[in-house]
Amino acid sequence: MNIVVCVKQTPDTAATVTVEDGKVSWGDAPLVLNPWDEFAVEEALRLKEAHGGEVTAISLGSEGATEALKQALAMGCDKAILVSDPNFSGLDSLQVSRVLAEAVKKVGEVDLLFFGRASVDSDTGITGSQVARRLGWPALTLVAAIKAIDPGAKTISVERMLEEGRQLVSGPIPAVMSVVKEINEPRYPSFMGIRKASKAEIPVWSGGDIGLTETLESAVTWPEVFAPPKIETQCEFVEGDTPVEIATKLVDRLVEEKVI
Amino acid sequence: MDFALSSEHEMVQNMVRDFSRKEVYPGIKEADRKQEMIPSTLPRMGELGILGICIPVRYGGQGMDYIALGLACEELEAVDTTLRVAMSVHTGLSSMTIFQWGTEEQKEKYLIPLASGEKLGCGAFSEPGAGSDFAHIQATAKKDGDGYILNGEKMWISLASVADFALVTVRTNPDTDKASAGLTSFIVELDQPGITRGDIHGKLGVRAGSTGWIAFQDVRVPVVNRVGEEGEGFKVTMSAFDNGRYTVAAGATGLIRASLEASVAYAEERNSFGVPIADHQLVQAKIAMMAREYEIARLLYFKAGWLKNQGKRNTYETSIAKHFATDASFRAASEAIQIHGAYGYSDEYDVERYMRNARGAMIYEGSNEIQTLIEAQYALGRRKDRALRCELPAYDPEYFQSPS
Repeated sequence: MNIVVCVKQTPDTAATVTVEDGKVSWGDAPLVLNPWDEFAVEEALRLKEAHGGEVTAISLGSEGATEALKQALAMGCDKAILVSDPNFSGLDSLQVSRVLAEAVKKVGEVDLLFFGRASVDSDTGITGSQVARRLGWPALTLVAAIKAIDPGAKTISVERMLEEGRQLVSGPIPAVMSVVKEINEPRYPSFMGIRKASKAEIPVWSGGDIGLTETLESAVTWPEVFAPPKIETQCEFVEGDTPVEIATKLVDRLVEEKVI
Repeated sequence: MDFALSSEHEMVQNMVRDFSRKEVYPGIKEADRKQEMIPSTLPRMGELGILGICIPVRYGGQGMDYIALGLACEELEAVDTTLRVAMSVHTGLSSMTIFQWGTEEQKEKYLIPLASGEKLGCGAFSEPGAGSDFAHIQATAKKDGDGYILNGEKMWISLASVADFALVTVRTNPDTDKASAGLTSFIVELDQPGITRGDIHGKLGVRAGSTGWIAFQDVRVPVVNRVGEEGEGFKVTMSAFDNGRYTVAAGATGLIRASLEASVAYAEERNSFGVPIADHQLVQAKIAMMAREYEIARLLYFKAGWLKNQGKRNTYETSIAKHFATDASFRAASEAIQIHGAYGYSDEYDVERYMRNARGAMIYEGSNEIQTLIEAQYALGRRKDRALRCELPAYDPEYFQSPS
């Protein structure tokens, strides 16, 4: 099977997010493989181990953004490709999906395309579906388990995790999947993988390489970003001679504050 | 000179950090209270290759360098000292010493299962009556045909009750002019008649680890299990300490960092006199001390690791690194408790465990008083490194990483 995983380099989730002059800042947080994407890489590797083939990790980012790809290689991906072009900076997910779809087409015959359910920085969770639409492939989102896959018959059956319960979905491949954390437990990079990743020369595909040379205009912009409002708390003791009196006073205060 | 870690080293650091935080940290308080090892920890460290990190691939290891070993120890001890202790005895005292001094047959038979994590090893040197005065240990081995008969007791041995093999040093000749010249080292399989062993409970720290004793009564060990020549046991053991102490130094550096991180977090969230306690200069002084000593400890173990990578003797540098980092880790943990106030005195927070764990490392793998004497002897010019018959091989990536 030829499997592609789209991964993103994001700030470490332990980082503190602040808003400075209307812009989001992650401080000097280390950049890591988007934690949701680790589940996607793991599932791709498991499928490769079960059915053979190879796994390619693709990331769209600046030229320095290779840490996520190195992590994917260290976990066991066979190849990594960085898609990078000054023209691709700061795109919204609609345009990101266009770039990724073209990159996937350039990879060649692909059976499955994996995404994590969202990225921890922009948190839209829709890029996978948008890429599926552009490729004309079915989108299997929020996948919590792959129940069956038949590479010969080109069919797949997965369990989706919804708020109301689980849903069994079958469809053809190639398909795009976004996975949730219930699907597996991602492996740690192996030492051999770490060595391979640290020596890897990661090819960089520019807009020209994937046939996207025109200026890409984002449909969605972020004119302003607000820090969450500060919640100020005050402590007030409700006193009284009897429990009934205290309870009555408490109810009055809650009504007054429009809590109940 | 390059102070930056390579991408490979950073990935090693992240991998070991993730493992320790995800798989060990959630259960460590309970294990420490119960004085029990977390059963999955050592098998997982073996499976992931951490136990054989710096042993060549051809001998079952992962073929990383000695800096990677130090970084792994730093990350492990930042979560709990017991993890690093496993590295000290299994990897430092046992595997690396067999790698340095062992015959090809010994490496095939013992190093491969140790480095791959299939078997566990320990170093059995100290005795109930001899630790710092190691040259005067009492356990003996007498030549008997194609083997030796071992008798005696070893004490304060980490992993004593769980190890499969021990590197053991005993007296084979009671009549030498210098007591140290009468010692010989052996690899001993621990599942044989005549060996009894057990854990010591009631330790101040390292409670989630195994520390115990091993008694030998007429235990037969074949000549082929002798490590080095007869009479070379003192040198073999001191080589083992050069490796074990390095892991202790790197681990203690992690403990300083853990104390620092806990203190910074608490100082920012706890208020007194209307401000976070981090605003008080006396608290800042404690945090500054931890930050300063963390940086120093790290540079010291990096230098020792670099010397190991170059294949250069590092007894002096390793002694300083171990001495400084272990003293500093105790200071850091103690001051971390002070910053946490009464909460730091309870096991609700980690810092009291850090302090209990830090204390032991000032005693084991050569007490810090012994380190002082080593440092003084070098400084006074009274001790010079003489070439050993078997030196720890320098780190050669091609040799370490090729499968055969």
